[in-house]
Amino acid sequence: MNMKIEPFSHFEGEAISDPALETQELAIEARGLVKRFDGFTAVEGVDIAVPKGSIYGILGPNGAGKTTTLRMLLGIIDPDSGYRRVLGSERPTQVARRIGYLPEERGLYPAMKAAEAIAFLASLRGMPLKEGRRKGREMLEIHGLGYAADRQIRQLSKGMAQQVQLLGTLVHEPDLVVLDEPFSGLDALNQGKLERMIRGLAERGTTVIFSTHIIAHAERLCDRIAIIAGGKVPFAGRVDEARDRLRPQVRLETRTRDGAWRAALPADARSEGAFWHFTLPETGTEPLLRALIEGDAGILSLSIERPGLHDAFVAIAGEAAAHALAETKEPTSDARGRR
Amino acid sequence: MLADHFRAAWVVARRDFTAVIFSKTFIFFLLGPLFPVFIGAMAGALGAQVQHDLDNPQVAVAMPAQQGDALIAARDALAPRMAGGVPEYVIAERLKDGQTFDARRLLGEKGNRVAAVLSGTLDAPVLTATSDRVDQWQGQIALFAKQARSDDVGAFPAVKADRLVATAASRRMDQAVTAQAGQVLLFLLTMLLAGMVLSNLVEEKANKIIEVLAAAIPMDALFLGKLFAMLAVSLVGIAVWGSVFGALMLVGMKSVPLLAAPAVGWPMFMALGFVYFAMAYLLLGSLFLSIGSMASTVREVQTLSMPVTMGQLMVFFFASYALAHPGTWVEAVSIVFPVSSLFAMLARAAQSPALWPHVVALVWQALCVALIVRFGAQLFRRSVMKSGPSRAKRSWSAWARAMFGAEAKIA
Repeated sequence: MNMKIEPFSHFEGEAISDPALETQELAIEARGLVKRFDGFTAVEGVDIAVPKGSIYGILGPNGAGKTTTLRMLLGIIDPDSGYRRVLGSERPTQVARRIGYLPEERGLYPAMKAAEAIAFLASLRGMPLKEGRRKGREMLEIHGLGYAADRQIRQLSKGMAQQVQLLGTLVHEPDLVVLDEPFSGLDALNQGKLERMIRGLAERGTTVIFSTHIIAHAERLCDRIAIIAGGKVPFAGRVDEARDRLRPQVRLETRTRDGAWRAALPADARSEGAFWHFTLPETGTEPLLRALIEGDAGILSLSIERPGLHDAFVAIAGEAAAHALAETKEPTSDARGRR
Repeated sequence: MLADHFRAAWVVARRDFTAVIFSKTFIFFLLGPLFPVFIGAMAGALGAQVQHDLDNPQVAVAMPAQQGDALIAARDALAPRMAGGVPEYVIAERLKDGQTFDARRLLGEKGNRVAAVLSGTLDAPVLTATSDRVDQWQGQIALFAKQARSDDVGAFPAVKADRLVATAASRRMDQAVTAQAGQVLLFLLTMLLAGMVLSNLVEEKANKIIEVLAAAIPMDALFLGKLFAMLAVSLVGIAVWGSVFGALMLVGMKSVPLLAAPAVGWPMFMALGFVYFAMAYLLLGSLFLSIGSMASTVREVQTLSMPVTMGQLMVFFFASYALAHPGTWVEAVSIVFPVSSLFAMLARAAQSPALWPHVVALVWQALCVALIVRFGAQLFRRSVMKSGPSRAKRSWSAWARAMFGAEAKIA
């Protein structure tokens, strides 16, 4: 597909450039975050602004810097330079009780019982153990895992253990939920369940930020996204905005194959059977239609298609990043599973 | 803020403590020190029996009839008054005038316990035996022969005993033994328990739980929680071992050598021992935790902890050496140096009744513990949660940066 791409070379980050954000209260604001590990730059100048109550996706292939960015936002590691403010605090660890975090590499104590594991995670976030136990059992019942409340984590399937950990992430009713690759390792049924859960959280006013390498999840769920590749963020903003970076695509079917109307088609127009495909000219639809009608093209059908997020990702992050994203495999059970 | 830190440390400590206490490995941990004691006792009893069977030698007497009987009577009269073992004397043959006895033949016969043959006469006794037996017994044989020749067969004069519990010299020596025993116990316990902290942390990293913890609570709190949980575990262990030892003493394990009372008295010595153990454990535990934070596999842990273990051994030897040189600069250095101070001061408690030096030393040690725990927590924070290139490929300069690098700067 041949598309016109708007230049991004002068992009300076949405936290500064997006006027829409100026009126919104932000759950997370980060500017110019940089993190190096032993000479290797994992993250290089990340800018992110996450409005309160929104669903925000960080999209990129493995090794792009998603996890490092999330860890910096959570205060697990400090950036080498840059600014971050999470839930109004420049020290994220000070607001840790209001945050729920599901790391990419899931981990629970194998000998702990499911309800106890949830209570423990709650107690880490300041909830009394007794209340954590009660709420843990309650949540397990609600999500159809009540029968497993007294089973040890090592006795649960990988998917069940993952659900237990997710419940432990949410048990203290956090204002901000950070999920690192939450869909990894889940079957289609549970992916749908998780999507509904994320929407439910946002409806209740919880801010959700998650990283993913699966564009479809981000496209379905997110209000805003940050595309991250090679430690940099070439785009951060609304999903619509990302798609609007590309001109819409026109699909035209005509009765005649040739004529004066052909002059109205843009240079990138290509023919596929009875159809013509081309980018909608900047002049808009009306001049195009007028030229086609006056040129006696005999229009049988004409559709204008808005580009998908995948196309936008390719355009923004480049073919290489898109290729890496497509090739990103689910972590193996050995690497991710419980030990 | 501080309250939050302590609350978080408490959450971690409570989890770690219950997880360790109710694990199977803790049972083995408790039984661990009992195995060598049990095996040692068994081996000792068996060895003693074997030794008794093998080393219960006899001296065969082959002398003219009356002289042989007189010699054995003299042996029976003197032996109870002689320290050390006196072998059993038996008549091999009562010789007639002019009769000779082949001592070498008797000693060469299998199946008897005869280790030496005494022949000749009381005036000119001949001892046939191996060289070491000759050296061992010729003195007592001369004594028995002289007694047997003597006409004085009356009772030995009674010696009125004026027994002292101890002299200054014996007390010093006994208390030095107590001090050394205290040092050895302190060293062994510290090493055993610090190793447990390490394996606990590595297991946690392997289970990928560390990131969940790191996101929820401050690293300092995580570090302190782990440290104090294992301290509590160790105290449970000490209580169990102490109870077992006490019970064994009560049921009459008389062979256990009783140590001399330390200069500060047993209750104070135990209390000081407890505090010094806690200090030693916190120092070493924080060092091991810091090491554990940098390692991701048990093998890496073993490699990294080896120098610390060796260093600890050297410190122990240094403190033991200082024990034998009280009042010298060696003792002063061992008291001031934080890692050896604990051992040196425990030894001092056994040898000197003054308590004020312990107050000063504990303040100093507490300061050092606070500094090292703080340093360890920072290193732990810096090292425990890193992504990026594989740790295995990291250079030594990177390790050095992790150890001593400046705090990450936030613009």
